[in-house]
Amino acid sequence: MPDSEPVVALVNVSVAYGASVALRDVTASFAGGAVGLLGPNGAGKSTMLKSLLGFVTPTTGRMSVLGLDVATSPLEIRSRVGYMPESDAHIPGMNAVTFVAYCGELAGLPRVDAMQRAHEVLFYVGLGEARYRNVETYSTGMKQRIKLAQALVHDPDLLLLDEPTNGMDPKGRDEMLELVRDLGHNKGVNLILSSHLLPDVEYTCNQVVVMDKGSVAVNGPIASLKQPRGQVFELRVKTRGANIEAFIGSLRAAGLDCHATEEDVMRVFVPGADGARRLFAIAAAEQAQVRHLRPSVPTLDDVFASAVGEI
Amino acid sequence: MPIHDQGYRRYGGQRAPRGRAWAVIAKAGIRTRLGQRAFLALLLLSWLPFLVRAVQLYAAANLPQAAFLAPTPGLFRQFLEQQGIFVFFLTVYGGAGLIAHDRRANALQIYLSKPVTRAEYVFGKLAILMAWLLLVTWVPAILLLAVQIAFAGNVEFFRGNLYLFPAITMFAFLEVITVSTAMLALSSLSTSSRYVGILYAALLFFSEALFGVLRLVAGNTRLSWISVPFDLNQVGDAIFRLPLRYDTPWPLSLAVLILLVAASGFVLERRVRGVEVIA
Repeated sequence: MPDSEPVVALVNVSVAYGASVALRDVTASFAGGAVGLLGPNGAGKSTMLKSLLGFVTPTTGRMSVLGLDVATSPLEIRSRVGYMPESDAHIPGMNAVTFVAYCGELAGLPRVDAMQRAHEVLFYVGLGEARYRNVETYSTGMKQRIKLAQALVHDPDLLLLDEPTNGMDPKGRDEMLELVRDLGHNKGVNLILSSHLLPDVEYTCNQVVVMDKGSVAVNGPIASLKQPRGQVFELRVKTRGANIEAFIGSLRAAGLDCHATEEDVMRVFVPGADGARRLFAIAAAEQAQVRHLRPSVPTLDDVFASAVGEI
Repeated sequence: MPIHDQGYRRYGGQRAPRGRAWAVIAKAGIRTRLGQRAFLALLLLSWLPFLVRAVQLYAAANLPQAAFLAPTPGLFRQFLEQQGIFVFFLTVYGGAGLIAHDRRANALQIYLSKPVTRAEYVFGKLAILMAWLLLVTWVPAILLLAVQIAFAGNVEFFRGNLYLFPAITMFAFLEVITVSTAMLALSSLSTSSRYVGILYAALLFFSEALFGVLRLVAGNTRLSWISVPFDLNQVGDAIFRLPLRYDTPWPLSLAVLILLVAASGFVLERRVRGVEVIA
């Protein structure tokens, strides 16, 4: 596959579960390296990954993975792809090393090689000391790691990681993200990281595809999406009474985009220059006191919030 | 290179051609069961009737007083029928969890994310159960035939009943395929092997009880086709060229068995998927 070709491409793909449409006419391409698939729950991220593996057949459209058509070469694709499912998944009744080696054998590795690789990847994901324990006795964090190990054992060219940090404690989450980052940046494995957590994607990926309600909202390199096409401010105001909604309405009417943060400040995106002056003018017109105004830099949160209309 | 960087290396070795995943699944399933003492005990127990029959053949061949124990084609039919109880227990013990456990552990998406087709997965699971069942039906029955030749010191009985080898093979495989596909289909319907086992037993006993009632009401045995064990009996008798024990034509019994296998295949096709869609 030429380097310029996308690792994954979808053209007008729609997927429906009965009457419920999960993907709507999605056209997107995923370049090599680490790409984040970002979106709120129910955006269609997992459905997209399952469609790429052939678990779900699209009602319309075409998909290709590593230059191979999903409809005609599903087995060839699956032999070159590693999939880490979102939900807890393992083969019952096996210890970790047997499970991972078994997955390697299923992927076509000879038994001896599969066993050797199983030991290696279990050490790599941090389960070396627990590799002879039955998988069913593992904690949630360990189960996440072993799912990564089984996805890696056959040395895939592309990793599909569905919410890899789900249910992990902060330390485990950091370690998992470090592994994902290492795979994408140092080990030459292409990967698609599906997550609803912005920091995870921002830390591990170079590119992002933002999904919302079954469609692609934004697609591109994270650095370029964060490029300022205006100014971003952190703003806190005190309005007369509790009329903050009217103030936000005025901001939007003036063509400014704003969304709340976890603190009591809002982030306001002002297209063009002279942003501070415009904000003060709107505040004066609404008789609001500006208590805090600080220029900021655009983050992936802004891109995400703007893409999914989360204000 | 730092030590932590050596933890993950690209793989440059050989990969097996596709289409062998079913054998990997079957081997792993067989290995897992061989590690369970209770299962091994059941397997050993299921070979006791073989020992008894072997002693019978020895006595018939070597002791003039035991001439009444001389082998007949019916002996082999009877032996296979007696093994039915072990077929039942092995099917429930070794088959109920084959897919149910995988469904409980969400293992299907692991299997099907590898280069494994759904058919390979099903054949792999089927091969596990079939291997155990053939080990207590076809293998001892054929060995019994060999033991008879060995003890008799001639091939007269074998030559006089040349159809026995294909009859044993046909009946054992028919029984094993029917029972295995039905159990596998039931196993795919639930995440609880206990529930699957109970369902399997209930279906067998209910159909037998229903036939018992209908037999009393109708005064004949034409409705024996409603019970799978009785269908196997009827077809078994036909295969071994023995008098049929029910009024049902054996082709009808055979058709019911084929229908059951087809229905099981349909259920498996619907249930073995990488993603469960509840529309």
